[in-house]
Order: sequence, then structure tokens, then C-alpha cells
Amino acid sequence: MSELTRDDVAKVARLARLHLTEEELDRFTGQLAQVLDHANDLRALDLTGVAPTAHPVDLGTVVRADEVRPGLVRDAFLSAAPQPEDGRFAVPRILGEEP
Amino acid sequence: MNALEIAARVRSGERSAVSVTEEALTAIAARNGELNVFVHVEGESALERAAAVDAAVAAGRDPGILAGVPVGLKDNLCQTGVPTTCGSRILSGWRPPYTATAVERLLAAGAVPVGKTNMDEFAMGSSTETSAYGPTRNPLNPTRVPGGSSGGSAAAVAAGMVPVALGSDTGGSIRQPAALCGLVGIKPTYGLVSRYGLVAFASSLDQIGPLARSVADAAASLEAIAGHDPRDSTSLPGPAPALIAHLDQGVAGRRIGIVRELVEGADPEVVAAVAGAAEVLAAAGATLSEVSIPELRLGLSAYYLIAPAEASSNLARYDGVRFGLRVAGSDITEMYVATRTAGFGAEVKRRIMLGTYALSAGYYDAYYGQALKVRTVMIEAFERAYASADLLLGATAPSEAFALGAKVSDPMAMYLSDVFTIPTNLSGHAAISVPFGSGASGLPLGVQLLGPARSEERLVAAAAVVEAGRGVPGA
Repeated sequence: MSELTRDDVAKVARLARLHLTEEELDRFTGQLAQVLDHANDLRALDLTGVAPTAHPVDLGTVVRADEVRPGLVRDAFLSAAPQPEDGRFAVPRILGEEP
Repeated sequence: MNALEIAARVRSGERSAVSVTEEALTAIAARNGELNVFVHVEGESALERAAAVDAAVAAGRDPGILAGVPVGLKDNLCQTGVPTTCGSRILSGWRPPYTATAVERLLAAGAVPVGKTNMDEFAMGSSTETSAYGPTRNPLNPTRVPGGSSGGSAAAVAAGMVPVALGSDTGGSIRQPAALCGLVGIKPTYGLVSRYGLVAFASSLDQIGPLARSVADAAASLEAIAGHDPRDSTSLPGPAPALIAHLDQGVAGRRIGIVRELVEGADPEVVAAVAGAAEVLAAAGATLSEVSIPELRLGLSAYYLIAPAEASSNLARYDGVRFGLRVAGSDITEMYVATRTAGFGAEVKRRIMLGTYALSAGYYDAYYGQALKVRTVMIEAFERAYASADLLLGATAPSEAFALGAKVSDPMAMYLSDVFTIPTNLSGHAAISVPFGSGASGLPLGVQLLGPARSEERLVAAAAVVEAGRGVPGA
């Protein structure tokens, strides 16, 4: 069995910026443990010395010529945002208390 | 009517692109309420585009190989100004300010996009039931799922609304719905089609490809969208393969391996379909042999660590700042949490958490790191198989289309729907699903042909042989 606990799931949800109800915590713990149990067949393999593959195509670092050319329009992106303001993305207060 | 027939008539002036588009819009209106195939219909701009195609023909210009062909676009493909939701509440109302390269190339070939098709939320699912906009039903039997995650694209073609639709395939999301809806679906070699403008799920696995009623239509559509794109740094160099030119090349002298691990555990009708397709290929001059690639059994486990890990990183961008939904919070962290909690559905949350866990300190080596090594092992196993086979043959999905609701509460059962398609995504190779045979309740089945990187020419030639042979008695 996977060692995944309810506390692990609560911690992962916090890291992923998700709020789970008590009922969801119970349900997701069981479901995620089931998937991790299935993955235990991988953990049991001895793959010492095998190189990892993070990507199927090794194209190296792709660079283009450093030329000025038109890009995407700032205002088009801003207008698709929930709260554009003065050419920026407005968000709730980040630092400190209200002035 | 098939895409290439439509294009031929539009190009010769025999039919107008506008009348073809009107027909498609009528077909959508007739069944979309029942089947929930399109989440957005783009009628007005489609008719304008069709009129431009007709004007080009009248002026003596050639509008392209897909002239006047109505196409559906999976709702994770961006088209400027057209709503793109990825089947998620978190992107509701978002209109992208740019167009995906694959869509641009369809437009350049004269195609007419008529709207966005429903999909599992962020392409996470195998039944199109995780969409925030409700499930899509299978046009061949509306009590069944169309497969997923490109289930809307598959249903759009199967219902006769459009002859071709684009989907995306991260673990089988083009091939499995193609099989469940009786269509041809291609997962191209990784990097053959630009991912620019495709909303990312798992970036090392995602590929855009076509779903169509015929091998020829799928091949023509892939040829139109493939080829190098400087806007995608993982795009392969070189032009699109000459797929149409290879359609009638046949399989004489080809060595084709029937892969035990890509058949085992499937319904008896599926096993019989693969055997039937093998007979058709052998009768056409291919040499068939049975092969075993035991490493493929590791694919499902590796995939359900790698894809969620990449997704947890890719979906971190949905934070209520730059796109779509924002739910108010007293500070920025509360705003992030409120937005993501309200915006994502259960399956997306499961995968984000699974990926976050697999990447977290203390578990990284045991889960994600080990899965990446398994990926290497699988690629090497495929390479050994391709040393003595030109193509491989197996099933696409373990069963015919299943009932709506049958697997929604059991994620592991749903994940097993992709057990035969996942290995090709992990290897970055190419595969095609072709309809062949039928299941216990008479619904279509698909067989899958697999090939190494850039084997699409060979694959469409073999698929055309299977397609031509599916009416043979006993098949």
C-alpha cells in the first residue's frame, strides 16, 4: 500500500493553492493512494544507471536571430485579464497592512 | 461527404464553400442540443471565411487542399478572438489574442473552422465527462461516451457535422475517441505539429492531430498542419511529410509486429478485430509476426506520474491574475486559492495534487525520477522492436464505447482506457487508429498501427490497407 496519508494530501493541496473540504480530503486520499499503489511496480524496479528521459526530442537549446520584430500586443493580453489597470494586471494587496 | 471530395468540388466551382458551411451549421444546430458536441459555434466568421474561399475560386486562385472544408477545433486550440475554455470554468470568457499555428495552417489551406468542440477539462479524461460544460454523448449511441479527451471533436465528425476536426493527444486523446466513434485518428510524431497556441497539459507528451472519417482525409489534414514552426522550440526541423502521395503505397514487403501487450486484457471482440486487421495486412503482402514488448506494461504507471507532474507545473499559471476567472480574496494568496478551488473540477485537482506530490521533496526520486527512467527503458524497448519490424499493430482501446457514468467515480478504471495508447506518447513516436470490426453491442472498434518517429508516410499507407479491407467477409 502507498504510505500516502490524509495529512500528505492536505499539505499537497496547500502547496497547489487548492482548498479541499473534509469530504474531498477523504475521497482524494483514497483515490490518489490507488494511483500511487499502481506506481509501486515502478518503485520496485532497479534502474540504477539508466538515464532519465524528460523529453522525447533532444533539439538542444533553440535560438533565433536577435532581431527587432513585432510581438504580441500588450493591450490584447491585458483586455483578456480579469482586472487590467493602468497597463498592468491589478491584484489584491501583496505586502503589509492597509495604509 | 468527405473533406477531399468537398475541397475538390469547391476548388472546381461545382459547390460553394458558403453552401457547405451552411450545411455544417445546420447539422450542428440539429443535434448539438442532444449531444453537446460544440461548446461554441462560430457561425458568422465561418460564413465570412467561406465567402472568401468562394471569392478566391471565382478569381481563379486556388484556396488550398482543404478549400471550403468545415472543421471543428478542440477547445484547447487558440483562434484569435474565439472563446477558448479547455472545458474548464477557470478559462470561461477568455478570448485568446493569437491563433495556434495548426489553426493558421488549416486556414491557409482553405479550411473553415466552425467552432470549438467539447473536451475533458484540460484534456484530462477519457470520456469527455470531466468538462465543466457537461458531457458529450456518442452520436452512434447517445447513452455511451464518445471517448476522450477529444470527445467533442470525435462526436462532431461521427455526427456528420464536420468531415474533419482537430484534437490533441497526450495519452490517447485523439486515438481512443476516434476508435470509440468509428473514425480515423492520428497521433503524430512528437514535434511534427507545432504546439504554439495549444493550451499546455503535459508539454513533453502533447501533440495536435486530426480525426476524420477516412484515412485520406486524416492524412490530408495532417499534411496541412505539420512542418517546422519557429514559434515552438520543440518543433522538429523540416517540412510536412508527403502523406497524400503515400496513401496508395500499400504494405507489400512490410514487416509488421502484432504486440502481445497491446492486445492483452482487451474484450474478445477487440482481440478478434486486431487479428482480422492482421489478416488484411498479410493478404496485402505484409509479413506479420507476433512480438512481445513487456516494458510497455510499465507505461500506464509512468504516464500517471509524468503527465500529472507536468500538468501541476503547467496549470500553476491559472491564478486569477492574467486570464479567465478570478474569485475575490482578502489577500493575494486567498485570491489564488479561491480562484483555483472554484475554477478547477475534481479530475484536474486530482492530477495537480498527484503531480505536486510526485515532484515534492522526499518523493521526487521515488516517483517522478523513476518514471523518467522507465521512459528511457520503454523507448529502448520500442527501438529494439523497430529493428525487426517496420510497424507494430495492436488495439486502440480495450473495449467499445462504454456507458455514460460507468467510470466517472473510479479514476483508475478510467485511466485504464488509455493503456494501449500511452506508450506512444511516452516514446514520442507516431500512431494511427483505424476503424475495424465491432464490439458486443455493435459499436465500432479501432485497431492501432504504431511506427517510429517520422513514420507517418508508412503509417497512412498501412492504415489505408486496413481501411479498404474492413468490409472483407469475416473481418
